[in-house]
Amino acid sequence: MTPRIVLRSGWLLGIFGAIVIALVSLAYQGTRAPIERSEYQALLKALNSVIPEKHYDNDLVNDSYPLKATEELGLKKDALLYRGRIGDTLTAVAFPVVAPDGYNGPIDMLMAVNLHGEILGVRVTSHNETPGLGDRIESRRSNWVDQFRGASLENPEPKRWAVKKDGGVFDQFTGATITPRIIVKAVHRAMLYVKSHPEVFFNE
Amino acid sequence: MSDANYQKIIRDGLWDNNPAIAQILGLCPLLAVTGTVINALGLGIATTLVLIGSNLTVSMIRNQVPNEIRIPVFVLVIAGFVTIIELLMHGFLYELYTVLGIFVPLIVTNCAIIGRAEAFASKNAIWPSLVDALSMGFGFTGVLIALGAMREILAQGTLFADASIMLGEWAGTITLIDNYDGFLLAALPPGAFIGLGLILALKNIIDDRMRHRVSQQITAIEQTG
Repeated sequence: MTPRIVLRSGWLLGIFGAIVIALVSLAYQGTRAPIERSEYQALLKALNSVIPEKHYDNDLVNDSYPLKATEELGLKKDALLYRGRIGDTLTAVAFPVVAPDGYNGPIDMLMAVNLHGEILGVRVTSHNETPGLGDRIESRRSNWVDQFRGASLENPEPKRWAVKKDGGVFDQFTGATITPRIIVKAVHRAMLYVKSHPEVFFNE
Repeated sequence: MSDANYQKIIRDGLWDNNPAIAQILGLCPLLAVTGTVINALGLGIATTLVLIGSNLTVSMIRNQVPNEIRIPVFVLVIAGFVTIIELLMHGFLYELYTVLGIFVPLIVTNCAIIGRAEAFASKNAIWPSLVDALSMGFGFTGVLIALGAMREILAQGTLFADASIMLGEWAGTITLIDNYDGFLLAALPPGAFIGLGLILALKNIIDDRMRHRVSQQITAIEQTG
């Protein structure tokens, strides 16, 4: 190959690269708004699954507040806390919780509590539990996770915050006790943290 | 090549030279996302769209690209299309996009696509290349759906679970077996390998039968003739 051909190939390759970059940039510009819209819708849908719509009338997604990474919530990275209000009054907060010790890796959750310290909802957002056994923690597979609705630190009493097998009030699954157990534990730990840090959670 | 043999191209893509069950290419997505029919269909369509884009482009530029730089140019074209498809899915099919996750960008590495660019589109005109992309794409999607259906029925007793993430709210799940306890193996990775093995075995059986029948016909013709 003579230098001439090398040079020509190099130029051609550069031109093709430039054309592809131009096309990809166009696609990026064109899809930016729809992507933002879908991200917004997805986040709103997730938040609505833990804070029912009747509990707020503000723009939940954009009313966020930084939440520092803490061991009590299982968070390794700083996250966001979302605040639901009716008028100007704070009614509920939604925040992420991670159960770090799942059967097969961490279990990510989203939960919401109202000002009285009652759970409005808990949802598992991502996990690696065994399909068919541990995955009944997903709300689309069973309503197991709805048992937390209305629970607080006093109800059930502290020693009953456990799965039935351990003398508590929460159901486990046949063939999978570990997954429900660690979720109950993580939710309880988060509730204790909320109670001891009202300035973080109920900061207007 | 104005007299391209379209019938052979279609037959090659769908069966004789099917990317998944004859060339045995693209196994990573094939095994990984066939947990349900909808996931399989989603990735199948995305792969087909990339194939169409890359085959058409490669065929169009085949006389301008010198031999020395054809592979990097093909890779560039494929990567460009995959990125564009990924952006579109992110914007318009968000839930499907999150379910398929890393396997959407990984379409770039599906050897079936660069294989078609190199073996077919770089040597053929635009129309045959389009037909080749469609046949290969449908062939690949067909195997994905077959494996997805097999695993979904065995694992959950349903078909088209979560169809709404791709087709909109009107689409519902078809429950084939009520109160089905599930057959865990089919949902797990080993189930994908076993399922693919069964599909490959079935293809070989059918091919053997067809060959057998053809040779019988030939003998019959020879005897009567």
